[in-house]
Amino acid sequence: MSAPGPTETLRRLAAHLQRRARWRWPEILFWLAILAAIFALPLRAGIINEVLIAGLFALSLDLILGLAGIVSLGHAAFLGLGAYAAAILASKGLAHPMLGLVFGAAVAAFAGLVTAPLLLRGGDLTRLMVTLGVSLMLGELANRNSWLTGGADGLNFSIAPLLGLFPIDFTGQRNAALYSFAVLFVLFAVARRLAHSPFGLALAAIRENRLRAGALGVDTGLRIVAIYTVAAAYAGAAGALLAQTTQIASLDLFDFHRSADVMLMLIIGGTGYLYGGLIGAAAFIVLRDVISAATPEYWEFWIGLALVILVLAGRERIAAAPRKLVALVAPRAARRGAA
Amino acid sequence: MLTILLDGVAYGMLLFVLASGLSVTLGLMNFINLAHGAFAMVGGYVTALLMNRAGAPFLLTLPAAFVVPAVLGVALERTLYRRLYGASPLDQVLFTIGLVLMAMPIAAYLLGDEPQQVHLPAWLDGRIEFHGVGIGVYRLFIIAICGAIAAALQTFLINTRFGAQLRAAVDDARVAQGLGIDVDRIFAIAFAFGSGLAGLGGALAADVVGGIDPSFPVKFLVTFLIVVTIGGSNGIIGALFGSLLLGVLDVAGKYYAPSIGAFIIYAVMVVTLIVRPQGLFARGEGR
Repeated sequence: MSAPGPTETLRRLAAHLQRRARWRWPEILFWLAILAAIFALPLRAGIINEVLIAGLFALSLDLILGLAGIVSLGHAAFLGLGAYAAAILASKGLAHPMLGLVFGAAVAAFAGLVTAPLLLRGGDLTRLMVTLGVSLMLGELANRNSWLTGGADGLNFSIAPLLGLFPIDFTGQRNAALYSFAVLFVLFAVARRLAHSPFGLALAAIRENRLRAGALGVDTGLRIVAIYTVAAAYAGAAGALLAQTTQIASLDLFDFHRSADVMLMLIIGGTGYLYGGLIGAAAFIVLRDVISAATPEYWEFWIGLALVILVLAGRERIAAAPRKLVALVAPRAARRGAA
Repeated sequence: MLTILLDGVAYGMLLFVLASGLSVTLGLMNFINLAHGAFAMVGGYVTALLMNRAGAPFLLTLPAAFVVPAVLGVALERTLYRRLYGASPLDQVLFTIGLVLMAMPIAAYLLGDEPQQVHLPAWLDGRIEFHGVGIGVYRLFIIAICGAIAAALQTFLINTRFGAQLRAAVDDARVAQGLGIDVDRIFAIAFAFGSGLAGLGGALAADVVGGIDPSFPVKFLVTFLIVVTIGGSNGIIGALFGSLLLGVLDVAGKYYAPSIGAFIIYAVMVVTLIVRPQGLFARGEGR
């Protein structure tokens, strides 16, 4: 029997990707559970909304860190940009939520596109420093241009009802959570599609060995710029949602601790399989609420301790646990996922 | 004009002592130690507490501000840090952020949130006029002490046996080990020394930054990183020039162009990284 020809290989590859891209029932349950939680816990709509937005932000970091292996200590730059873009647009009278969302994502994507070439040279250390530097510069710009951003006071604004019908301010917290849920779900579906596309495969190759990926004919620079721009747009959307549902954009969105927190969320949930950011965001925020209810000032200590243990015990081993759990509950689905 | 320059130099010298330890661990040993500021905070607290509670004179507290963080540093290095020498940058970042997150609440729990002040002795307070240029006595003191430390470090690294061993261990740990150099011990001592210097820097900086408080490790983290980025991995000289440049730019920027503030130093850092992305952190990469 002869080796399969190029068309045969392509056909097999396409079939493989299609198989992997199929939605499985634990995933469907996951999303239905979130939706149910929004309706079942109306008093918790505020915190659910916060989790959903943080989850979107962590998902955007997963796109670059989990899929392409690009480290960043300054992802908050895009969160802040998206938030301020949406806030400035709304404060100028264009207060439709969807418009602000698209505008916030677009502004952040543009900034991602412009700064992505900085990531192509140097090692991980350089990338950590460059991303951190860019976010600090943007934060300082927002701080100094108070005629536009309101400076240290932040920018308060009012937001129009969603689709002209549903208020998403503090009078409609459930609407806000549903709005964030819808945005998160659509963007997640797109990200999932991306991850299971030839583009996603190329990113995985870059993550594993960039030199070898380049030798295989993958234009690694172009791929990295592309995914960084997409991730920036996602973070910008998260920022816009955050600003719209709280009616304020403030300087702390650019802070270092935002970038560090989102990285912690993603690491807690595990990188590379897209659900990690959502699970991590939920765990992080619930943990924070529980711990800070018990010891309001010192909750950071426990997060720090968890991190140190996580790293020393081996991040990969712990991150594999949720997938092993899935394998336990649904062996067939997990096998297909691993195939 | 000259006053600003001298203030900038003094600030830069202070940054150098604070960051020189980091330029050893991060610049030479390629370990991303974001918890460096925690050691500086410990040094600052040692001086403040010894002076305020035990009534010790300022100068006598400085050795303690070096020794305590150094001992702490070597203890942490032996138990925790050394496990991560070969780990990915991401793991090192996460681990040291975790340490910072733990250090801050511990400090707040033990000593409270309000800043601990260091009250300078009378002979270091005040200003002197020299050919019409006014400068604070403490600034001169800082320039003298930090200059001496920089010179001593440079001689130490270049002219002593230990310095040569450290440089060899950093260049290629395996070959150095093969030549009979105890790399483990060298790294531990270097780490302790860097932590001690950070503590000393913290003690000297306490007055300039308005007291030591639990948020110190985060407040100056970024500044440290910028120093090392600009200075690169050229050892002591690089870090010294990086610190001086940053100190002068920061003080002059705050004076002449307050409206753009800290933007200058961030811009300098990013531009440096764009122009010389490989050169600054070339050590250990691509090998």
